[in-house]
Amino acid sequence: MIKVRKLVKRFGLKTVLRGMDFSVESGEFVALIGPNGAGKTTFLRILASLARPSMGLVSVAGYQLPRQAADVRRRLGVVSHQPLLYVDLTAAENMTFYGRMYNLPNLNDRIDEVIELVGLTNRRNDLVRTYSRGMQQRLAIGRAVLHNPDVILFDEPYTGLDQDASAMLDEVLRTVAARGRTVVMTSHDLARTEDLATRFDVLSRGKIAASATHKDFGSGNLLSFYKGVLEEGRQN
Amino acid sequence: MKKIIEDRSPLSLRERAEGEGKTPSGNYLRAIGAVAWKDLAAELRSKELLSAMLVFALLVIFIFNFALELDVKTRDSVTSGVLWVTFVFAGTLGLNRSMAIEKDRGCLDGLLLAPVDRSAIYFGKAISNLAFMLIVEIIVLPVYSLLYNTNLFQPGLLLIILLGSIGYTAVGTLLSAMSVQTRTRDVMLPILLFPIILPVVIAAIRASGAYLQNMPFDQILPWLNLLIVYDVIFIAVAFMVFDYVVEE
Repeated sequence: MIKVRKLVKRFGLKTVLRGMDFSVESGEFVALIGPNGAGKTTFLRILASLARPSMGLVSVAGYQLPRQAADVRRRLGVVSHQPLLYVDLTAAENMTFYGRMYNLPNLNDRIDEVIELVGLTNRRNDLVRTYSRGMQQRLAIGRAVLHNPDVILFDEPYTGLDQDASAMLDEVLRTVAARGRTVVMTSHDLARTEDLATRFDVLSRGKIAASATHKDFGSGNLLSFYKGVLEEGRQN
Repeated sequence: MKKIIEDRSPLSLRERAEGEGKTPSGNYLRAIGAVAWKDLAAELRSKELLSAMLVFALLVIFIFNFALELDVKTRDSVTSGVLWVTFVFAGTLGLNRSMAIEKDRGCLDGLLLAPVDRSAIYFGKAISNLAFMLIVEIIVLPVYSLLYNTNLFQPGLLLIILLGSIGYTAVGTLLSAMSVQTRTRDVMLPILLFPIILPVVIAAIRASGAYLQNMPFDQILPWLNLLIVYDVIFIAVAFMVFDYVVEE
């Protein structure tokens, strides 16, 4: 579903991604973990066609980036720590706007379904400005799944969420995974990540330093695996 | 929840959207309309952009009214200059704010994630920016007419104002998308914008002045032609380069 070969991303003289290789099969839930500045967000922005690769090959759902970016975007949903919502519009108006941008059929029915999913039916006509951070993030998830994408990218989705909102996000992520969607998520919350993902890739110094599944490090040992990979990287 | 994130059905939402006989040009126009509708609906609620532009524009013409003691002849010759200075400065406030709203709340990424040609986003933003500018102009013109005792509601003058405003917002929307990426965006936009809009401002001032002083049409026509050519060129340039301007 996602194939990345020798990806390089430079910002001026600074090289953020250094020949990164990465691939995800259809239906996999991959957690991309790494220290601040490792290039996780930059990598997700390239997958989302928000940033252009300096070198290398990137394909999502069989479409090449940046050449077939519109086809990739049609098959992709993105949730980041920013909700990407207009605070002076209501929840329903935000969904209507994004639905029109994706040219969705039966839009009103779809909006009702999605708003119900994220538990905001009784607030659907309230301005997003009056929502709590958790409610905004729930609506952001609704926005990301509105067009029923094949691939969903989550960039630090737990940032700023309280326990209830985080638990609700867990539930949505599990539903997404159970329905066979391909998920790539970055997060510093290793405990939550370990429960959700099926594969864990450590991004360090612009490359995938290690890749493992639950079988490789044993239940509850993601943190020690992660620390071990980073320590090994420092010694080399 | 099962309906929301559908199983892999033979005909998914996306495929239905692609296959319902909606033409690419129809999708493109729909996206332009969606962006413009979103901006206008949000502004109708908040009024933060229009109120800032309007207060600024009215203050400028009040200040000019008290600063300049004008006889009838001088008044006709300075009216076009005062008007366009007011429109240009008020418009800069609006352009800055319009794109900053997208950037500050991360919504620009939301727009760029949509599967449409990104020039549709440019045209949607340009249309809403033009609408804001025209609303301000419609309010400023009668106030100016009252204060300066001159009739500005003349079809020819309104056409010149429309053409000048189109050129101004065409360039301004593109440059505000560039300047909003910088730390000094409030300062950067006028520095980038004013040298490039100089031809349109000069042409608009000359054409407006000539019209108000009842000069013959053949003296107005070259300036009108310049306005039209400028509008066409910069809309075409923005159409071609907007994708590169907004991408990292």
